[in-house]
Amino acid sequence: MNSLILRTASRLLLPLILVLSVFVFWRGHNEPGGGFIGGLLAAIAFALVEKAQGLEAARKALHFRPQSIAAVGLGCTVLGGLWGAFAYGYFLKGVWPLIEKLPDGSKTGLPFGSIMLFDFGVFLVVLGGVCGILFALEDVVANERDDKED
Amino acid sequence: MLLFWPIVIPLLTAVLTLLAWRSTEMQRGISLMGALALLLAALAIFSQVVETGPVSAQAGGWPAPFGITLVADLLSAIMVLLTAIVAVTVVIFSFSDVTVEEEHFGFHPLTHSLLTGICGAFLTGDIFNMYVWFEVMLIASFGLLVIGGGKTQFDGTVKYVGLNLIATVAFIAGVGLLYGTAGALNMADLHGKLAGRSGEAVVLASAAFLLFAFGSKAALFPVYFWLPASYHTPAFSTSALFSALLTKVGVYAMLRVFTLVYDIDGTVFVPILIVLAVLTMFFGAMGALSQNSLRRVLGYSIIASIGFMVLGLAIGTPLALAGAAFYLFQDVLVKTGLFLGAGVTARLTGSELFARSGGVWRARAGFSILFLIPALSLAGVPPFAGFWAKLLLVQAALDTNAWFLTFAALATGFLLLYAMGRVWAAVFWSAHPGGESAITAPLGATSLLPVAVIAILVTYLGLSAGTFVDLALRVGAELTDPSAYVQTVLGGAP
Repeated sequence: MNSLILRTASRLLLPLILVLSVFVFWRGHNEPGGGFIGGLLAAIAFALVEKAQGLEAARKALHFRPQSIAAVGLGCTVLGGLWGAFAYGYFLKGVWPLIEKLPDGSKTGLPFGSIMLFDFGVFLVVLGGVCGILFALEDVVANERDDKED
Repeated sequence: MLLFWPIVIPLLTAVLTLLAWRSTEMQRGISLMGALALLLAALAIFSQVVETGPVSAQAGGWPAPFGITLVADLLSAIMVLLTAIVAVTVVIFSFSDVTVEEEHFGFHPLTHSLLTGICGAFLTGDIFNMYVWFEVMLIASFGLLVIGGGKTQFDGTVKYVGLNLIATVAFIAGVGLLYGTAGALNMADLHGKLAGRSGEAVVLASAAFLLFAFGSKAALFPVYFWLPASYHTPAFSTSALFSALLTKVGVYAMLRVFTLVYDIDGTVFVPILIVLAVLTMFFGAMGALSQNSLRRVLGYSIIASIGFMVLGLAIGTPLALAGAAFYLFQDVLVKTGLFLGAGVTARLTGSELFARSGGVWRARAGFSILFLIPALSLAGVPPFAGFWAKLLLVQAALDTNAWFLTFAALATGFLLLYAMGRVWAAVFWSAHPGGESAITAPLGATSLLPVAVIAILVTYLGLSAGTFVDLALRVGAELTDPSAYVQTVLGGAP
């Protein structure tokens, strides 16, 4: 596809959609959203680049191999589980090192912890998985197009 | 935490092998390390279960029945141990079997994802969680079937995935009905909640859905056709892994669900299971006799063996369940040995077709004996493990005066012996069509060692059968009376 409007727009939209995806991921902590939807949104951003500027540009924008992104994500989810196991003896138990309980029962501090790490892993798995499938399909389509032109 | 290691270790191995995609050597190293670590974890679980009885662990610390529980009783622990043994042998064998392209497309990560799913299915105490592990297995096995990239691989994959998708939909439908009527998913909890309700229509319907789902996973009559259509297409390491473990997960799920969750005694399921088991044995053995290519014969022999195990479940006495369990255990090893051996003979003779192979005995007598051991065990020849498994089942059938079942088991055993005799005559004894000098391919340690290890284990299982039959009898007792299992999961109140 060769469209000047789409190409120009995709340059602007890529960072915007990525910011939105991080926002949705962040919001998913207590409200609808989360790693899966965030990851899908991020994958859409790169799919847009791929459609507008071609496969090479999308690979470059993603920088890492999609499979490796998915692998790191899977690693994050396992580590998120193991964190709870080493801290409390239960695999997948939530650990919140930055939250303190006040004497009156309320809590203060930043909600970073094992569950967020797990969710971030999901984000990366979805991003890497969807991009990997999309790029592989696009590869096949491109090869077939070349075959026809030959 | 111990119970989580068989899930965490293969998952981490899959991650690391994915990240090490640049170097095949490194992938292989990590893959082997992961399989060995899995073996250590499985041994630790096994020794603890043998000593103290069933153990359980709660994910996230949520108490059962609210959280997801992992449970290892003797059956689960032994199955995980066997999975680990198969994993090590298959990974070593793959070094000389799988092509560089297949490794590049992710043979090692997919294998370890498959192992994650298998171990998860064996260890989970929650029926919905079992569904999730089935999905993990399905996706990973889909990948493993397709990475060969050829036309036959795609053909096999479509048939495999087609039926397995329907089966998983039936599985989730059954689980949904079960949850709707009992309000529980934890299997130990379901055991209590369904007690005395085995005649209700909803319960029977959900059981029927699950029987169909597990039956198609296990390749039970009449939904077995996907197995011979797909198991001969991928790399030999992959088909060894599949034939050793995937159908066995279906049998394991049946043994678990139809003893723990449902009380099938006296329901319509007993005659249904008996008829299905006998027909599966018959069609499996007949199929094995009618095929003319090594892996297709072996594929049908899997189906026949599944029939034996389901027969044990259908008879349902502690002795019959012990027989089914023992059959299950030895068959994992036997099928690994046979499929890996098939890989070696195909490399030696250049073909899997009977007409185009032969002469292996003359060229490689040592290896031929290594293949013969699991083949004789499959046929039920003493003193190998398969003989004791069949003996237990026949004994159980005789105890219940089921003469016809005794006859069916013995006849199937005889047909399998004949099928293995055909393999032996065509591939090992008869001369190779290319003449005596046709077999020149060298055999490396990575192909011989796994086959030898399996042959030794099958022989050991048969020679010290006393120990293992005792173990199987304990499994049978645990399955018939799951109170220890239930108590481990739910704590105090049984």
